[in-house]
Amino acid sequence: MNEFLHMGGYASYVWSSYAIALVVLLANLVAPLRARRKLLTRLAQREKRAQRMKR
Amino acid sequence: MLRFFHQLASPKHFYRISGKWIPWLGAACLAFMLAGLYQGLLVAPTDYQQGDSYRIMFVHVPAAWMSLFIYMVMAIAGGIGLVWRIKLAEIMAISSAHVGASFTFLALITGSIWGKPMWGSWWVWDARLTSELILLFLYLGVIALYNAVEDRRTAARATSILALVGVVNIPIIHYSVEWWNTLHQGPTVTKFDAPSIDFRMLIPLLLMAIAFKLFYAVVVLLRARVEVLQRERNTSWVKALVAEHE
Repeated sequence: MNEFLHMGGYASYVWSSYAIALVVLLANLVAPLRARRKLLTRLAQREKRAQRMKR
Repeated sequence: MLRFFHQLASPKHFYRISGKWIPWLGAACLAFMLAGLYQGLLVAPTDYQQGDSYRIMFVHVPAAWMSLFIYMVMAIAGGIGLVWRIKLAEIMAISSAHVGASFTFLALITGSIWGKPMWGSWWVWDARLTSELILLFLYLGVIALYNAVEDRRTAARATSILALVGVVNIPIIHYSVEWWNTLHQGPTVTKFDAPSIDFRMLIPLLLMAIAFKLFYAVVVLLRARVEVLQRERNTSWVKALVAEHE
């Protein structure tokens, strides 16, 4: 296990690459999910305002 | 078949169908990625020249391949949107830009981290690295241009033209290692004769490449769905969806 983590002396290079890859992939997933939620909330608020105007 | 594509091009159907596809694509992506990581980090042997540092390849190369692939998808989708005025093509083009930019960034940064122990430098102005950096700027230019124009359809048209012009960079990146004497190594997988790479290294590389492709599919669909909702916000089906969300 220790040998695996050590990566033949290149641990910092290999693991930082994989960590950055993980961060980039997660950011790609989170961004559209958050954008969707924000958009739906905004559209719902707009709809409510429109309903109030009608009355 | 034609009817299927015709329906798919309608934003409402696209939204419904893509919602069904995403979980399956996501599950497949995760499976390929876990298999690729296992094979790449545990099964593949240590390289006789580069030691274990070469394992960076399993994220670096798929990211670099995808940076080119996504650019071509973006330019072709943009071109289709430009010629046939298909809204969904425009949406696909702009939804690809962010993923493409992030994969280009990932390819550059992991390449830099790989370059430090192997070449002794974080960065060299070699043809491959420079042209890939230009690709990143092209992606960022597309995103910036799209955000700068208020009207979405005008913005899509402008960005499609920029994306199509930028296609000239793609063969330059691909052939840079053959046209110029670069520090970056030449291709080992796509050579016409048998690839000069150990089979146990090739397997995880291909697994990761498939995983990255599936990941792109998931993200581009997620992004395109948000863009569809935004553009179709005044239609009754989106209003019904918003009411459901409440």
